Amino acid sequence: MEHPYVELDRVSLRYGGADGTLALQDTSLRVAQGEFLAVVGPSGCGKSTLMRLVTGLWPASAGTVIVAGKEVTGPLSIAGMAFQNPTLLPWRSVLDNVMLPLEVVRPHRRRLRRERAAYEARATALLALVGLAGSANRFPWHLSGGMQQRVSLCRALIHEPHLLMLDEPFGALDVFTREDLWAVLQEVWLARRPTVILVTHDLREAVFLADRVCVMSARPGRIVVSREIDLKRPRTLETTYLPAFIELAHELRGYIADAREATHG
Amino acid sequence: MVDPRAAAARRQRRLQRVLPWAVIVLLFAIWEVCVRAFDVAAFVLPAPSAIFASIWQFHTPILENAAQTLLTSVLGFALAVVVGLVLGAALGASALIYHAAYPLLIGFNAVPKVAVVPILVIWFGIGTVPAIITAFLLSFFPIVVNVATGIATVEPELRDVLRALGASKLDIVLKIGLPRAMPYFFASLKIAITVAFVGSILAETVAANSGIGHLMVVAASSFDVPLVFAGLLVTSLMGILMYAIAAVVEARMTGWAVRSAPTAGTVTTTA
Repeated sequence: MEHPYVELDRVSLRYGGADGTLALQDTSLRVAQGEFLAVVGPSGCGKSTLMRLVTGLWPASAGTVIVAGKEVTGPLSIAGMAFQNPTLLPWRSVLDNVMLPLEVVRPHRRRLRRERAAYEARATALLALVGLAGSANRFPWHLSGGMQQRVSLCRALIHEPHLLMLDEPFGALDVFTREDLWAVLQEVWLARRPTVILVTHDLREAVFLADRVCVMSARPGRIVVSREIDLKRPRTLETTYLPAFIELAHELRGYIADAREATHG
Repeated sequence: MVDPRAAAARRQRRLQRVLPWAVIVLLFAIWEVCVRAFDVAAFVLPAPSAIFASIWQFHTPILENAAQTLLTSVLGFALAVVVGLVLGAALGASALIYHAAYPLLIGFNAVPKVAVVPILVIWFGIGTVPAIITAFLLSFFPIVVNVATGIATVEPELRDVLRALGASKLDIVLKIGLPRAMPYFFASLKIAITVAFVGSILAETVAANSGIGHLMVVAASSFDVPLVFAGLLVTSLMGILMYAIAAVVEARMTGWAVRSAPTAGTVTTTA
């Protein structure tokens, strides 16, 4: 990896002053442009902290974070984010929810008024891609949890970010809806190839979606294993029943057990 | 064919529309009967018929004074809306401003407004201005608190989504904070408009030459109790009217927060 898109160099983060909790310790991580990285780990290991560090929402206590060749000092303006909670705005229609980033991100916010029709077409196409054609004018509370999460994904993608940060986006969904959305996310990723960092606690999800899976240790978090996933794409639900897939998930499960053991034992 | 369940639902709705009026009529009827049956003197408790007669007899001064009270209440209320929105947005958006100003606000709100009116009279003289200011002082607090709460409780994830897009603090308040605070804001308007009347009338009873409060003080000093009650009744009517207007505006502006009335064709409700 000559020029990684995202690079963390011995980054630490401590909350609440010098004797606060150490959430992340000497973490180093490199993500290539267009790579799909999944980060898994026991709960409370600082996965979400990692997200906020990379996007510049929180400053690191030590070490450097570099994204797209520049050191991160404040919030990045190029990232798309989606969380476990879809956080849609109930007073906006689905279409207006998806278009929210365009009202904020430069240079779109200046162009939006003049080129509204073109942007609306783009949002509609994106909604169709995730299987929500025809729902553009509905309101979030009319939609099921899975549909809301699809809208949230569209909102994270509408401004065509180079970096997509997903923090357990499917964590609150039932397993069938979740598997549907894996396929949707993979399709979007294959079509646009953004750099993705997916934080999850679902090992099958990590293996299904990622090019590489990083396992974090329990708090203070650090990356203990980095495992390439060399299953061919596009992966389908059939893939999840292949011995190779099950083998990988099993292997990762072992690392997680070790990571937990290290603190409890 | 008529669906019996739909017909029952229609009857239910009609009953709900008629019921408040029926309760008021019934209350007045019981009141009238009691006053007549126990032969209560008019200066203790006048019968509704006497109150209505008084309203009819003095309808010109009542209308003039009611207009004055309505004017001061609405002006004070309008001032409260502007100040309440700005101050509420500032308190909600900035933890620093919140911590700096909130104790002061609480202390200020705890001051009895009756005690403030004489000071206002010293500053502005007797009449319209103290009434407007008292109405404002009473009604701005609920607006500030509600708007601040609405803005301060924006979900952290949502804030992160916008911050990671390069949104400024102002962007976040305008795009999310304020729209999100609207249900709180409109709910507070219904409280604020009713207490605005309390403020106006309070000031008018202490120091004024016109207004319903002044009218009631004058009527009470000449033991014209039916006219006092007429003043109360008219005030209450104005309060209900303004409340109804606030409720209609609320329903139009924040229908999304109610969620019980989906737009046609999107969701089918089951019986």
